Amino acid sequence: MSLRDWLDDRLRFRQAAAFLHKKDVPVHRHAVGYYTGGITLFFFLIQVITGLLLLMYYRPSSDAAYESVRFITSTVRFGWLVRSVHVWSANLMVLAVFLHLAVTFFGRAYRRPRELTWISGALLLLITLTFAFTGYLLPWNTLAYFATKVGTEIAGDVPLVGKAVLVLLRGSEDVTEATLTRFFGIHVAILPALTTVLLGLHLLLVQIHGMSRPISVPPGGRSEPFYPHFVLRDLVVWVVLLGIVATLATFVPWPLGEKADPLAPAPAGIKPEWYFLFMFQTLRLLPGRLLGIEGEMLGVIAFALAGGILLLVPFLDVWAQRERSHRLVTLIGMVALAFVVGMTVWGMVTD
Amino acid sequence: MDASAQRPARIGRRSFLDRVLTVGLAALGAAIAYPIISYLIPPKVKEVIHASVVAAKASDLAANSGKIFLFANKPAIVLRTPDNEVRAFTAVCTHLACTVQYRSDFRHIWCACHDGHYDLHGQVLSGPPPRPLEEYKVTLKGDDIIVSRG
Repeated sequence: MSLRDWLDDRLRFRQAAAFLHKKDVPVHRHAVGYYTGGITLFFFLIQVITGLLLLMYYRPSSDAAYESVRFITSTVRFGWLVRSVHVWSANLMVLAVFLHLAVTFFGRAYRRPRELTWISGALLLLITLTFAFTGYLLPWNTLAYFATKVGTEIAGDVPLVGKAVLVLLRGSEDVTEATLTRFFGIHVAILPALTTVLLGLHLLLVQIHGMSRPISVPPGGRSEPFYPHFVLRDLVVWVVLLGIVATLATFVPWPLGEKADPLAPAPAGIKPEWYFLFMFQTLRLLPGRLLGIEGEMLGVIAFALAGGILLLVPFLDVWAQRERSHRLVTLIGMVALAFVVGMTVWGMVTD
Repeated sequence: MDASAQRPARIGRRSFLDRVLTVGLAALGAAIAYPIISYLIPPKVKEVIHASVVAAKASDLAANSGKIFLFANKPAIVLRTPDNEVRAFTAVCTHLACTVQYRSDFRHIWCACHDGHYDLHGQVLSGPPPRPLEEYKVTLKGDDIIVSRG
Protein backbone atom coordinates (compact mmCIF):
# COMPACT_ATOMS: atom_id res chain seq x y z
CA MET A 1 0.00 0.00 0.00
CA SER A 2 1.41 3.39 -0.93
CA LEU A 3 1.76 6.20 1.58
CA ARG A 4 -0.91 8.07 -0.37
CA ASP A 5 -3.40 5.24 0.09
CA TRP A 6 -2.46 4.87 3.75
CA LEU A 7 -3.11 8.56 4.37
CA ASP A 8 -6.29 8.55 2.31
CA ASP A 9 -7.64 5.67 4.37
CA ARG A 10 -7.33 7.85 7.45
CA LEU A 11 -7.84 11.40 6.16
CA ARG A 12 -10.26 10.70 3.28
CA PHE A 13 -8.76 13.62 1.36
CA ARG A 14 -9.83 12.15 -1.99
CA GLN A 15 -13.43 12.60 -0.95
CA ALA A 16 -12.64 16.17 0.13
CA ALA A 17 -10.87 16.82 -3.16
CA ALA A 18 -13.86 15.47 -5.09
CA PHE A 19 -16.10 17.80 -3.06
CA LEU A 20 -13.87 20.77 -3.90
CA HIS A 21 -13.74 19.81 -7.59
CA LYS A 22 -17.43 19.54 -8.28
CA LYS A 23 -18.18 23.30 -8.24
CA ASP A 24 -18.95 25.08 -11.52
CA VAL A 25 -18.85 28.80 -12.15
CA PRO A 26 -21.48 30.23 -14.52
CA VAL A 27 -20.07 32.22 -17.43
CA HIS A 28 -21.96 35.41 -18.32
CA ARG A 29 -21.41 39.14 -18.70
CA HIS A 30 -21.73 39.83 -14.93
CA ALA A 31 -19.25 37.07 -14.02
CA VAL A 32 -16.65 39.66 -12.98
CA GLY A 33 -18.68 40.03 -9.78
CA TYR A 34 -17.55 36.57 -8.71
CA TYR A 35 -14.10 37.95 -8.01
CA THR A 36 -15.28 40.24 -5.19
CA GLY A 37 -15.57 37.42 -2.63
CA GLY A 38 -12.12 36.06 -3.42
CA ILE A 39 -10.66 39.58 -3.28
CA THR A 40 -12.15 40.07 0.20
CA LEU A 41 -10.71 36.72 1.27
CA PHE A 42 -7.29 37.71 -0.07
CA PHE A 43 -7.22 40.95 1.90
CA PHE A 44 -8.37 39.04 4.97
CA LEU A 45 -5.46 36.61 4.60
CA ILE A 46 -3.05 39.57 4.33
CA GLN A 47 -4.59 40.94 7.53
CA VAL A 48 -4.02 37.65 9.32
CA ILE A 49 -0.38 37.41 8.28
CA THR A 50 0.58 41.06 8.87
CA GLY A 51 -1.51 41.10 12.08
CA LEU A 52 0.42 38.14 13.47
CA LEU A 53 3.66 39.90 12.56
CA LEU A 54 2.59 43.12 14.31
CA LEU A 55 1.76 41.09 17.42
CA MET A 56 5.45 40.17 17.71
CA TYR A 57 6.31 43.74 18.76
CA TYR A 58 3.06 45.48 19.71
CA ARG A 59 2.38 46.20 23.41
CA PRO A 60 -1.21 47.00 24.41
CA SER A 61 -0.85 49.57 27.16
CA SER A 62 -1.34 53.32 27.16
CA ASP A 63 2.32 53.82 28.11
CA ALA A 64 3.78 51.52 25.50
CA ALA A 65 1.30 51.13 22.60
CA TYR A 66 2.29 54.26 20.66
CA GLU A 67 5.99 53.72 21.35
CA SER A 68 5.81 50.08 20.27
CA VAL A 69 4.15 51.01 16.95
CA ARG A 70 6.78 53.69 16.44
CA PHE A 71 9.44 51.10 17.23
CA ILE A 72 7.90 48.84 14.57
CA THR A 73 7.79 51.56 11.91
CA SER A 74 11.18 53.10 12.65
CA THR A 75 13.48 50.39 14.04
CA VAL A 76 12.25 46.91 13.07
CA ARG A 77 13.43 45.91 9.59
CA PHE A 78 10.51 46.18 7.15
CA GLY A 79 8.31 47.14 10.11
CA TRP A 80 7.10 50.21 8.21
CA LEU A 81 6.08 47.90 5.37
CA VAL A 82 4.25 45.41 7.58
CA ARG A 83 2.33 48.12 9.42
CA SER A 84 1.53 50.06 6.26
CA VAL A 85 0.36 46.93 4.44
CA HIS A 86 -1.86 46.07 7.42
CA VAL A 87 -3.56 49.49 7.32
CA TRP A 88 -3.88 49.67 3.53
CA SER A 89 -5.13 46.14 3.23
CA ALA A 90 -7.64 46.81 6.01
CA ASN A 91 -9.07 49.75 4.08
CA LEU A 92 -9.14 47.81 0.82
CA MET A 93 -10.78 44.88 2.58
CA VAL A 94 -13.61 47.10 3.81
CA LEU A 95 -14.01 48.40 0.24
CA ALA A 96 -14.01 44.83 -1.11
CA VAL A 97 -16.66 43.81 1.44
CA PHE A 98 -18.93 46.67 0.35
CA LEU A 99 -18.41 45.75 -3.33
CA HIS A 100 -19.18 42.10 -2.57
CA LEU A 101 -22.33 43.20 -0.75
CA ALA A 102 -23.48 45.31 -3.72
CA VAL A 103 -22.79 42.54 -6.25
CA THR A 104 -24.61 39.87 -4.26
CA PHE A 105 -27.50 42.19 -3.43
CA PHE A 106 -28.23 43.37 -6.96
CA GLY A 107 -27.76 39.84 -8.32
CA ARG A 108 -30.25 38.58 -5.70
CA ALA A 109 -27.67 35.98 -4.69
CA TYR A 110 -29.52 35.53 -1.39
CA ARG A 111 -32.47 33.69 -2.92
CA ARG A 112 -33.19 30.09 -2.02
CA PRO A 113 -31.14 28.08 -1.01
CA ARG A 114 -28.52 30.75 -0.16
CA GLU A 115 -30.30 32.61 2.66
CA LEU A 116 -27.77 31.47 5.27
CA THR A 117 -24.86 32.36 3.00
CA TRP A 118 -26.25 35.90 2.94
CA ILE A 119 -26.79 36.06 6.71
CA SER A 120 -23.29 34.77 7.47
CA GLY A 121 -21.98 37.34 4.98
CA ALA A 122 -23.93 40.18 6.60
CA LEU A 123 -22.53 39.15 10.00
CA LEU A 124 -19.03 39.06 8.49
CA LEU A 125 -19.60 42.63 7.26
CA LEU A 126 -20.42 43.66 10.82
CA ILE A 127 -17.33 41.84 12.08
CA THR A 128 -15.17 43.54 9.44
CA LEU A 129 -16.35 46.97 10.56
CA THR A 130 -15.73 46.02 14.21
CA PHE A 131 -12.24 44.85 13.24
CA ALA A 132 -11.65 48.25 11.64
CA PHE A 133 -13.04 50.18 14.59
CA THR A 134 -11.09 48.30 17.26
CA GLY A 135 -7.87 48.14 15.26
CA TYR A 136 -7.96 51.88 14.67
CA LEU A 137 -7.44 52.59 18.39
CA LEU A 138 -4.46 50.29 18.88
CA PRO A 139 -1.67 52.75 17.86
CA TRP A 140 -3.04 55.00 20.62
CA ASN A 141 -2.68 58.24 18.66
CA THR A 142 -4.75 61.40 18.97
CA LEU A 143 -7.05 60.70 16.01
CA ALA A 144 -7.73 57.15 17.18
CA TYR A 145 -8.35 58.30 20.73
CA PHE A 146 -11.02 60.82 19.75
CA ALA A 147 -12.54 58.58 17.06
CA THR A 148 -13.02 55.92 19.72
CA LYS A 149 -14.41 58.45 22.16
CA VAL A 150 -17.01 59.67 19.64
CA GLY A 151 -17.74 56.20 18.27
CA THR A 152 -18.40 54.64 21.65
CA GLU A 153 -20.38 57.72 22.69
CA ILE A 154 -22.70 57.08 19.72
CA ALA A 155 -23.15 53.48 20.89
CA GLY A 156 -24.18 55.03 24.19
CA ASP A 157 -27.13 56.64 22.38
CA VAL A 158 -28.85 53.30 21.82
CA PRO A 159 -32.07 53.43 23.86
CA LEU A 160 -32.26 51.58 27.21
CA VAL A 161 -29.01 49.57 26.94
CA GLY A 162 -26.85 52.41 25.61
CA LYS A 163 -25.10 53.30 28.85
CA ALA A 164 -24.35 49.66 29.66
CA VAL A 165 -23.03 49.08 26.12
CA LEU A 166 -20.81 52.14 26.46
CA VAL A 167 -19.22 50.97 29.70
CA LEU A 168 -18.94 47.43 28.35
CA LEU A 169 -17.13 48.68 25.24
CA ARG A 170 -14.84 51.08 27.04
CA GLY A 171 -14.12 48.90 30.04
CA SER A 172 -14.66 52.04 32.11
CA GLU A 173 -16.63 55.28 32.03
CA ASP A 174 -14.06 56.94 29.79
CA VAL A 175 -11.69 55.91 27.01
CA THR A 176 -8.69 54.79 29.04
CA GLU A 177 -6.06 52.09 29.07
CA ALA A 178 -8.88 49.68 29.98
CA THR A 179 -10.45 50.49 26.59
CA LEU A 180 -7.16 49.83 24.84
CA THR A 181 -6.64 46.38 26.37
CA ARG A 182 -10.31 45.56 25.74
CA PHE A 183 -10.15 46.61 22.08
CA PHE A 184 -6.90 44.70 21.75
CA GLY A 185 -8.52 41.53 23.10
CA ILE A 186 -11.52 41.98 20.80
CA HIS A 187 -9.31 42.72 17.79
CA VAL A 188 -6.83 39.85 18.14
CA ALA A 189 -8.85 37.12 19.86
CA ILE A 190 -12.64 37.46 19.88
CA LEU A 191 -13.15 38.69 16.31
CA PRO A 192 -10.66 36.25 14.75
CA ALA A 193 -12.43 33.39 16.54
CA LEU A 194 -15.86 34.56 15.34
CA THR A 195 -14.51 35.12 11.83
CA THR A 196 -13.03 31.64 11.67
CA VAL A 197 -16.41 30.09 12.41
CA LEU A 198 -18.49 32.40 10.20
CA LEU A 199 -16.05 32.51 7.31
CA GLY A 200 -15.74 28.73 7.44
CA LEU A 201 -19.53 28.45 7.25
CA HIS A 202 -19.73 31.08 4.49
CA LEU A 203 -17.13 29.32 2.31
CA LEU A 204 -18.62 25.89 3.00
CA LEU A 205 -22.03 27.13 1.88
CA VAL A 206 -20.55 28.66 -1.27
CA GLN A 207 -18.92 25.29 -1.97
CA ILE A 208 -22.15 23.37 -1.34
CA HIS A 209 -24.43 25.60 -3.42
CA GLY A 210 -21.90 26.86 -5.97
CA MET A 211 -21.75 30.39 -7.32
CA SER A 212 -25.15 32.03 -7.63
CA ARG A 213 -26.37 32.93 -11.09
CA PRO A 214 -27.52 36.58 -11.06
CA ILE A 215 -31.30 36.79 -11.42
CA SER A 216 -31.01 38.74 -14.68
CA VAL A 217 -29.11 35.88 -16.32
CA PRO A 218 -31.40 33.15 -17.69
CA PRO A 219 -30.68 29.64 -16.38
CA GLY A 220 -29.06 26.99 -18.53
CA GLY A 221 -26.14 29.09 -19.76
CA ARG A 222 -22.51 28.15 -20.10
CA SER A 223 -20.36 27.37 -17.07
CA GLU A 224 -16.73 26.45 -16.37
CA PRO A 225 -15.12 24.37 -13.63
CA PHE A 226 -14.11 26.30 -10.51
CA TYR A 227 -10.86 24.35 -10.42
CA PRO A 228 -8.55 25.01 -12.15
CA HIS A 229 -10.11 27.59 -14.52
CA PHE A 230 -11.55 30.08 -12.07
CA VAL A 231 -9.00 29.48 -9.30
CA LEU A 232 -6.08 30.31 -11.58
CA ARG A 233 -7.66 33.58 -12.71
CA ASP A 234 -8.47 34.33 -9.06
CA LEU A 235 -4.78 33.84 -8.23
CA VAL A 236 -3.74 36.21 -11.01
CA VAL A 237 -6.05 38.85 -9.50
CA TRP A 238 -4.50 38.19 -6.07
CA VAL A 239 -0.96 38.69 -7.38
CA VAL A 240 -1.98 41.97 -9.01
CA LEU A 241 -3.66 43.11 -5.78
CA LEU A 242 -0.58 42.19 -3.76
CA GLY A 243 1.41 44.43 -6.08
CA ILE A 244 -1.07 47.26 -5.59
CA VAL A 245 -1.04 46.93 -1.80
CA ALA A 246 2.76 46.77 -1.65
CA THR A 247 3.02 49.83 -3.92
CA LEU A 248 0.54 51.84 -1.87
CA ALA A 249 2.18 50.81 1.40
CA THR A 250 5.59 51.83 0.10
CA PHE A 251 4.77 55.11 -1.60
CA VAL A 252 1.86 56.27 0.57
CA PRO A 253 2.89 55.14 4.06
CA TRP A 254 0.23 55.49 6.71
CA PRO A 255 1.14 58.24 9.19
CA LEU A 256 1.34 57.35 12.87
CA GLY A 257 0.26 60.77 14.15
CA GLU A 258 0.79 62.17 17.62
CA LYS A 259 0.57 60.14 20.79
CA ALA A 260 -2.88 60.37 22.42
CA ASP A 261 -3.10 62.85 25.27
CA PRO A 262 -6.33 62.56 27.28
CA LEU A 263 -5.90 66.13 28.47
CA ALA A 264 -5.45 67.68 25.03
CA PRO A 265 -8.45 69.17 23.19
CA ALA A 266 -9.80 67.37 20.13
CA PRO A 267 -8.05 68.51 16.95
CA ALA A 268 -10.10 70.67 14.54
CA GLY A 269 -11.87 68.97 11.61
CA ILE A 270 -11.65 65.51 13.19
CA LYS A 271 -13.50 62.86 11.18
CA PRO A 272 -13.90 59.11 11.31
CA GLU A 273 -12.39 56.86 8.65
CA TRP A 274 -14.17 56.92 5.27
CA TYR A 275 -16.19 53.75 5.91
CA PHE A 276 -17.92 55.32 8.92
CA LEU A 277 -18.25 58.74 7.33
CA PHE A 278 -21.79 58.26 5.97
CA MET A 279 -23.10 57.51 9.47
CA PHE A 280 -21.11 60.38 10.97
CA GLN A 281 -22.40 62.82 8.33
CA THR A 282 -26.03 61.68 8.77
CA LEU A 283 -25.90 62.06 12.54
CA ARG A 284 -24.35 65.49 12.12
CA LEU A 285 -27.20 66.64 9.86
CA LEU A 286 -29.98 65.51 12.18
CA PRO A 287 -31.58 68.28 14.24
CA GLY A 288 -31.18 68.29 18.01
CA ARG A 289 -34.71 67.09 18.58
CA LEU A 290 -36.85 65.14 16.16
CA LEU A 291 -40.29 63.54 16.72
CA GLY A 292 -39.98 64.27 20.41
CA ILE A 293 -36.70 62.40 20.97
CA GLU A 294 -33.05 63.25 20.55
CA GLY A 295 -32.08 63.46 16.88
CA GLU A 296 -28.87 61.53 17.48
CA MET A 297 -30.76 58.69 19.15
CA LEU A 298 -33.24 58.57 16.26
CA GLY A 299 -30.34 58.28 13.80
CA VAL A 300 -28.77 55.45 15.77
CA ILE A 301 -32.12 53.62 15.88
CA ALA A 302 -32.53 54.10 12.13
CA PHE A 303 -29.06 52.65 11.40
CA ALA A 304 -29.71 49.71 13.73
CA LEU A 305 -33.01 49.06 11.90
CA ALA A 306 -31.24 49.29 8.53
CA GLY A 307 -28.74 46.72 9.76
CA GLY A 308 -31.57 44.41 10.81
CA ILE A 309 -33.25 44.82 7.42
CA LEU A 310 -29.98 44.05 5.65
CA LEU A 311 -29.66 40.85 7.66
CA LEU A 312 -33.20 39.75 6.78
CA VAL A 313 -33.14 40.69 3.07
CA PRO A 314 -33.51 37.05 1.90
CA PHE A 315 -36.83 36.78 3.74
CA LEU A 316 -38.12 40.27 2.93
CA ASP A 317 -37.60 39.96 -0.82
CA VAL A 318 -40.50 37.57 -1.41
CA TRP A 319 -40.28 38.05 -5.19
CA ALA A 320 -36.73 36.78 -5.44
CA GLN A 321 -37.81 33.58 -3.70
CA ARG A 322 -40.03 32.98 -6.75
CA GLU A 323 -37.14 33.79 -9.14
CA ARG A 324 -38.63 37.20 -9.90
CA SER A 325 -36.60 40.37 -9.92
CA HIS A 326 -38.81 43.12 -8.52
CA ARG A 327 -38.09 46.75 -9.38
CA LEU A 328 -38.85 47.90 -5.84
CA VAL A 329 -35.94 45.87 -4.43
CA THR A 330 -33.56 47.30 -7.03
CA LEU A 331 -34.87 50.78 -6.30
CA ILE A 332 -34.37 50.41 -2.52
CA GLY A 333 -30.87 49.11 -3.16
CA MET A 334 -30.08 52.03 -5.47
CA VAL A 335 -31.43 54.58 -2.98
CA ALA A 336 -29.41 53.01 -0.14
CA LEU A 337 -26.27 52.96 -2.29
CA ALA A 338 -26.80 56.57 -3.40
CA PHE A 339 -27.38 57.58 0.22
CA VAL A 340 -24.20 55.92 1.48
CA VAL A 341 -22.05 57.21 -1.38
CA GLY A 342 -23.62 60.68 -1.26
CA MET A 343 -23.23 61.05 2.50
CA THR A 344 -19.64 59.78 2.32
CA VAL A 345 -18.72 62.32 -0.36
CA TRP A 346 -20.56 65.07 1.51
CA GLY A 347 -18.72 64.15 4.69
CA MET A 348 -15.41 64.25 2.83
CA VAL A 349 -15.88 67.71 1.33
CA THR A 350 -17.20 69.43 4.48
CA ASP A 351 -15.02 70.23 7.45
CA MET B 1 8.56 21.66 -42.85
CA ASP B 2 6.58 18.65 -41.81
CA ALA B 3 4.50 18.35 -38.65
CA SER B 4 7.01 16.23 -36.74
CA ALA B 5 9.65 18.96 -37.06
CA GLN B 6 7.32 21.59 -35.60
CA ARG B 7 6.19 19.55 -32.65
CA PRO B 8 9.30 19.65 -30.47
CA ALA B 9 9.43 23.43 -30.93
CA ARG B 10 5.90 23.82 -29.53
CA ILE B 11 6.68 21.64 -26.52
CA GLY B 12 9.82 23.71 -26.00
CA ARG B 13 7.80 26.91 -25.83
CA ARG B 14 5.40 25.36 -23.35
CA SER B 15 8.14 24.14 -21.02
CA PHE B 16 9.89 27.48 -21.42
CA LEU B 17 6.74 29.28 -20.21
CA ASP B 18 6.45 26.76 -17.38
CA ARG B 19 9.98 27.59 -16.33
CA VAL B 20 9.40 31.33 -16.55
CA LEU B 21 6.30 30.93 -14.40
CA THR B 22 8.14 28.78 -11.86
CA VAL B 23 11.01 31.25 -11.60
CA GLY B 24 8.53 34.12 -11.36
CA LEU B 25 6.59 32.44 -8.56
CA ALA B 26 9.82 31.58 -6.73
CA ALA B 27 10.90 35.23 -7.01
CA LEU B 28 7.50 36.34 -5.69
CA GLY B 29 7.81 33.89 -2.82
CA ALA B 30 11.28 35.17 -2.00
CA ALA B 31 10.10 38.79 -2.22
CA ILE B 32 7.42 37.97 0.36
CA ALA B 33 9.57 35.78 2.59
CA TYR B 34 12.57 38.13 2.76
CA PRO B 35 10.82 41.07 4.48
CA ILE B 36 8.94 38.69 6.81
CA ILE B 37 12.09 36.89 7.95
CA SER B 38 13.97 40.19 8.33
CA TYR B 39 11.06 41.56 10.34
CA LEU B 40 11.11 38.62 12.73
CA ILE B 41 14.79 39.09 13.57
CA PRO B 42 14.64 41.38 16.61
CA PRO B 43 16.45 44.68 16.02
CA LYS B 44 19.41 45.49 18.23
CA VAL B 45 18.26 47.84 20.93
CA LYS B 46 20.96 50.21 22.06
CA GLU B 47 21.52 49.54 25.73
CA VAL B 48 23.09 52.13 27.93
CA ILE B 49 25.71 50.13 29.81
CA HIS B 50 27.33 51.99 32.63
CA ALA B 51 30.86 51.03 33.54
CA SER B 52 29.96 51.21 37.22
CA VAL B 53 26.84 51.29 39.33
CA VAL B 54 25.93 52.11 42.92
CA ALA B 55 24.92 48.68 44.15
CA ALA B 56 23.82 49.50 47.69
CA LYS B 57 24.39 51.71 50.71
CA ALA B 58 27.19 50.34 52.86
CA SER B 59 25.19 51.10 56.00
CA ASP B 60 22.21 49.05 54.69
CA LEU B 61 24.27 45.93 54.08
CA ALA B 62 24.70 44.00 57.32
CA ALA B 63 27.42 41.43 57.81
CA ASN B 64 26.48 37.93 56.59
CA SER B 65 23.90 39.25 54.09
CA GLY B 66 23.59 39.97 50.41
CA LYS B 67 21.60 42.05 47.96
CA ILE B 68 20.71 41.57 44.29
CA PHE B 69 21.12 44.61 42.02
CA LEU B 70 21.13 45.27 38.29
CA PHE B 71 24.49 45.64 36.56
CA ALA B 72 24.72 45.93 32.76
CA ASN B 73 21.10 44.73 32.51
CA LYS B 74 21.85 41.50 34.31
CA PRO B 75 21.38 40.58 37.98
CA ALA B 76 24.44 40.87 40.19
CA ILE B 77 24.90 40.24 43.88
CA VAL B 78 26.73 42.31 46.47
CA LEU B 79 27.39 40.75 49.83
CA ARG B 80 29.08 41.44 53.14
CA THR B 81 30.93 38.43 54.47
CA PRO B 82 30.74 37.42 58.16
CA ASP B 83 34.27 38.89 58.31
CA ASN B 84 32.85 42.25 57.23
CA GLU B 85 34.32 42.26 53.72
CA VAL B 86 32.21 43.58 50.82
CA ARG B 87 32.34 41.63 47.56
CA ALA B 88 30.29 41.59 44.35
CA PHE B 89 29.69 38.88 41.75
CA THR B 90 27.45 38.22 38.84
CA ALA B 91 24.25 36.68 40.16
CA VAL B 92 23.76 34.57 37.01
CA CYS B 93 24.49 30.96 37.91
CA THR B 94 27.02 29.41 35.52
CA HIS B 95 24.91 26.24 35.31
CA LEU B 96 21.57 27.26 33.72
CA ALA B 97 21.48 31.02 34.36
CA CYS B 98 19.17 31.12 37.40
CA THR B 99 19.68 34.04 39.78
CA VAL B 100 21.70 33.02 42.83
CA GLN B 101 21.16 34.30 46.40
CA TYR B 102 23.13 34.75 49.61
CA ARG B 103 22.16 32.26 52.29
CA SER B 104 22.93 33.57 55.77
CA ASP B 105 22.44 30.09 57.26
CA PHE B 106 24.96 28.52 54.84
CA ARG B 107 27.21 31.61 55.03
CA HIS B 108 27.78 31.41 51.26
CA ILE B 109 26.10 31.86 47.86
CA TRP B 110 23.52 29.32 46.78
CA CYS B 111 21.49 28.67 43.65
CA ALA B 112 18.01 27.33 44.31
CA CYS B 113 17.36 25.83 40.87
CA HIS B 114 19.73 22.84 41.06
CA ASP B 115 21.32 23.23 44.49
CA GLY B 116 24.56 24.85 43.40
CA HIS B 117 26.84 26.14 46.16
CA TYR B 118 29.50 28.86 45.72
CA ASP B 119 31.90 30.06 48.38
CA LEU B 120 32.52 33.67 49.32
CA HIS B 121 34.97 34.04 46.42
CA GLY B 122 32.48 32.74 43.87
CA GLN B 123 34.24 29.35 43.60
CA VAL B 124 32.05 26.28 43.19
CA LEU B 125 31.72 24.29 46.43
CA SER B 126 29.27 21.65 45.24
CA GLY B 127 26.46 21.03 42.78
CA PRO B 128 26.28 21.26 38.98
CA PRO B 129 27.79 24.74 38.24
CA PRO B 130 30.72 24.24 35.83
CA ARG B 131 32.53 27.55 36.47
CA PRO B 132 32.96 30.03 39.33
CA LEU B 133 30.91 33.27 39.41
CA GLU B 134 32.64 36.26 37.85
CA GLU B 135 33.77 38.68 40.56
CA TYR B 136 33.36 42.44 40.20
CA LYS B 137 35.48 45.24 41.61
CA VAL B 138 34.04 46.94 44.69
CA THR B 139 34.92 50.50 45.66
CA LEU B 140 33.60 52.24 48.75
CA LYS B 141 32.93 55.94 48.30
CA GLY B 142 31.41 57.44 51.39
CA ASP B 143 28.34 55.31 52.08
CA ASP B 144 28.03 54.10 48.45
CA ILE B 145 29.15 50.67 47.37
CA ILE B 146 30.27 51.18 43.78
CA VAL B 147 30.60 48.09 41.61
CA SER B 148 32.53 47.96 38.33
CA ARG B 149 34.08 45.31 36.15
CA GLY B 150 37.40 44.23 37.58
